[in-house]
Amino acid sequence: MSYTLMFYESQEDFAARTDPARQEDYLAGWTHYVRALHEAGIVVFGSGLYAPETAATMKRHGGETVVQDGPFPETKEQLGGIMVIDVPDIDTALEWAARAPVDTVEVRQNIPALH
Amino acid sequence: MEINQVIEKTARDAYGRLLSYLAVNWRDLQAVEDAIGDAFLAALESWPKAGIPDKPEAWLVTAARRRLIDRARRTRISESALPTLLAMSEDAQRLTSSSADFPDDFPDERLRMMFLCTHPTIDAVMRTPLMLQTVLGIDAARIASAFITKPSTMSQRLTRAKAKIRAERLTFDMPDPEEIPDRLEPVLEAIYAAYGSGWDEAAIADSPRRGLAEEAIYLGKLLLPFAPREPEVYGLLALMLHCEARRTARHDDEGNYIPLSLQDCTRWEQRLIMEAERYLHTASQAGRVGRFQLMAAIQSVHAQRLRTGRIEWAAIAQLYEGLVRLSPALGALVGRSAAVAEAYGPEHGIVLLEAIPSDEAVNYQPYWALAGHLYKQMHREEEARSAYSRAIGLSTDASVRHFLQRQDAKI
Repeated sequence: MSYTLMFYESQEDFAARTDPARQEDYLAGWTHYVRALHEAGIVVFGSGLYAPETAATMKRHGGETVVQDGPFPETKEQLGGIMVIDVPDIDTALEWAARAPVDTVEVRQNIPALH
Repeated sequence: MEINQVIEKTARDAYGRLLSYLAVNWRDLQAVEDAIGDAFLAALESWPKAGIPDKPEAWLVTAARRRLIDRARRTRISESALPTLLAMSEDAQRLTSSSADFPDDFPDERLRMMFLCTHPTIDAVMRTPLMLQTVLGIDAARIASAFITKPSTMSQRLTRAKAKIRAERLTFDMPDPEEIPDRLEPVLEAIYAAYGSGWDEAAIADSPRRGLAEEAIYLGKLLLPFAPREPEVYGLLALMLHCEARRTARHDDEGNYIPLSLQDCTRWEQRLIMEAERYLHTASQAGRVGRFQLMAAIQSVHAQRLRTGRIEWAAIAQLYEGLVRLSPALGALVGRSAAVAEAYGPEHGIVLLEAIPSDEAVNYQPYWALAGHLYKQMHREEEARSAYSRAIGLSTDASVRHFLQRQDAKI
């Protein structure tokens, strides 16, 4: 079964991506984690996402289309990346979520592709 | 104390005893849990007006029993249990009116409950959660977090386990005395699983179950009076208390993780070490060695550093050898490799470590942490970096992750 791990990052995490003092540590955390996932042979797809302020959000209000700068919703923690993994159950997916170098990870099962 | 606090305290202290006592007679765990929940609600309503009864627990049993009888009459499915319940109600009335104190008078059925939770037909992974809920009254959400499981899934599994107990009429009977050592084994396993089952300090620091340590020790102590001649019960307690004695020494003031051999032993809790040593001594008198006694003995050798200033790695390696012979679990195999490396050199440790089948160790953090440590000592830099990377990627605790990153940086 395939599950998507959604990694939520705080403003501080996003800042660490570009802060010369913290960048190396921050990136290393991900490198090691992603490596462990690959070695376990469960990765389907994964990608980090650029910071939320680079986002554009399309919203429709009563048939009218509004495009705005920034993420949706505007909260303290924002989606920072996703990883789709192939594991037997949600327990195993959560076990991998617990190893991530961030404090909030949402786990959801992927809907199987329609053929 | 506020009424609500009294009820809360009563609930915490007596929940497992009330539940076990009622369940042994009623045999429907779910119904008994509901009835006790109702009884606590009734107490919240009645006690502030009528005052706290002399025997709050007996009052709660009476209230819960009344709910069970009402429910049985209403559903008519459990009428065969009515005679038992009516007999219990006489019991409870006698309890309420007797002058003896609750603890002497009230049969403590929690051991039967622990045997039931670890019954061979109960799924092994559900034994600890079931025991935590029935004997200690811990809610499903907290249990789920400790086992990194979805709370609704944990609830469903607990409900299914209870339904199975009812449907298959699993027995609440006490095993015969000669069966007790065999039946104790899964009880000890379940308690150890609540503790966190780490083979070393890093594994304990990295375990999501470290928050249940006190509960696990409580369960171990609960078991003691029921099995006073079983050395493994003492062994398990000694093991948990030795590890617990180091709780504060495991991190420095900045929150950095400190491995056992570098810990400041003056920060170990003496009282717990002495208690652990007493248990281990009692266990050794029985002359029957077991895995928990061996694991406790390993911790005891570490504790001796406080007096001798050194770690007797050869003695630890020998104890691991015995442990591996008794039960070659992954943790014991990795622990033996570490001890042999410290005692006789990394090249001896790495041979043992590399002999562990890689498919078993693929996602096992302590294996990779040790591999990184040994390769680094042997100046096999490339392999050390790769192993540390795996260990960091598999860690769940930030302080352990940072510790490994610092080791990695020192290559």
